[in-house]
Amino acid sequence: MSVVRIEGVSKRFGNVTALEDIDVSIAEGEFVSLIGPSGCGKSTLLRIIGDLIQPTDGNIVVNGKPARKARIDRDYGIVFQDPVLYDWRTVAKNVALPLEMARWSRQKRAARVREMLELVELTGFEDHRPWQLSGGMQQRVSIARALSFDPALLLMDEPFGALDEMTRERLNMEVLRIWEQSGSTIVFVTHSIAEAVFLSTRVVVMSARPGRITSVIPIDLPQPRTASTREEPRFFELVTQVREALHLGSDLDRTAPAPETQEATA
Amino acid sequence: MTSAAPVAVQPVPRGGLGRLVGRRLVDWLPAAVVLVGGIAAWQGLVVALHVQQFLLPKPSSIATTFWNNRSELWHAGWFTFQEALGGFAIGSSLAILVALVLARWRPLSAALLPYAIAANAIPIIAFAPIANQWFAGGLTKSSKIFIAAVLCFFPVLVNTLRGLTSVRPQDLELMHSYAAGQVSIFRRVRIPTALPFIFSGLKVATVLAMIGAVVGEYFGGTQEQLGVLILDRTRIFQFPDAWAGIALACLLGIALYVAVSIAEWLALRWSPSTSA
Repeated sequence: MSVVRIEGVSKRFGNVTALEDIDVSIAEGEFVSLIGPSGCGKSTLLRIIGDLIQPTDGNIVVNGKPARKARIDRDYGIVFQDPVLYDWRTVAKNVALPLEMARWSRQKRAARVREMLELVELTGFEDHRPWQLSGGMQQRVSIARALSFDPALLLMDEPFGALDEMTRERLNMEVLRIWEQSGSTIVFVTHSIAEAVFLSTRVVVMSARPGRITSVIPIDLPQPRTASTREEPRFFELVTQVREALHLGSDLDRTAPAPETQEATA
Repeated sequence: MTSAAPVAVQPVPRGGLGRLVGRRLVDWLPAAVVLVGGIAAWQGLVVALHVQQFLLPKPSSIATTFWNNRSELWHAGWFTFQEALGGFAIGSSLAILVALVLARWRPLSAALLPYAIAANAIPIIAFAPIANQWFAGGLTKSSKIFIAAVLCFFPVLVNTLRGLTSVRPQDLELMHSYAAGQVSIFRRVRIPTALPFIFSGLKVATVLAMIGAVVGEYFGGTQEQLGVLILDRTRIFQFPDAWAGIALACLLGIALYVAVSIAEWLALRWSPSTSA
């Protein structure tokens, strides 16, 4: 059964076409990365899946129902590039926010928050304020919040884009561990080729202006992925494959003269 | 599996208001030195230059008068303070309510906000004599409460509305992802975001409330009012008495301001700028 089905989706902002004719189907338990140059509409596509933006054309089905219905039923959790934690809430209360909205009882909330903070290894930070934590820890709180109500689908919009390489690699491992433990489906937006290959079961490569899917690359690296996965020859092969697919999408950029030359000749 | 080492984490702020004040005592030392020095300089200059009492009395004679007239002053001060407090409470709470309504229904805000901003700029105190006529010739507290409330209303309204509408887009996006209703968005995002703005409005309002009450009394009132006391003593050339009244008005205004600042500190302990 597919958790997300995207059929012929287009999005125009005024006369700018952000997305054109997107078709993707994501099965249960998949980890799908959307990768592409900035401006290719990958974040827009994620927001369309989450019903935070309406498509101009096309159809989105999440968990077998329209995206709007899925949002109202709280079928997905979302993690943004910015952790979006509320300073007026403690770490524990930030994690409990979606549970509060779903009217869970106080005891059930407390138990789940404890469990979630354990999952992201932040036990002991319940009463801290978000701004007292490092960027990586804030993003882990945000992940705990997104997972707290057991959504079937997790949408992640460049969650580690603002973090340093070391923190990013550590959080990649954590996301994989959480994905294995929770069995949820993940749609992950990134602009890092290595990150996409390392995490995913499938990489969707997009091109810019207009945003289109240029290729879909299955990642056949063995599960579970470990730190040594990054050193396997197959990993490098796949990284190269994704890189070439990305360049294919921006073919014009490669053959066109450099901007300075263009200006001089114009 | 990786173990995340918690690095560079600041401790949860602890300690009550007492500790905060204690720590600040050192910070306040320079200001206290300036205050004492200023009063000493005032005293010294008035004595050295033989300044006439009707121009500027010595701080020592103001203090003596203050002490001698303390029961009369306190009586008048309390009366006026109640007016200011009433006006502050009514004006501010009404302003917050109106701001909530305007923030909820934006078209209403678009229609009314320009007038609120314009009203915020006009010298409302100029209406004080008229307000006195509206309420029993100004002999009761209600005319001063009215003028103080009107003075407080606009700055609190404008600040609260600005706070309620300056929510970060991503904060709202998160709430939309939970299919949150308007009540929930106001309770969980808009109002907490607006709190620092509301308090800066309230602090401006405390000052305006005292001005409204005292100046309102200048245009008519009974003997038990501080503004009337100041005016009458000036007319009969008892300048140290008038100055003692002014000093009391200042102290009461500062007290109200400090009370709101403490409430702000209590309400905004979560904020990085309050806890730091």
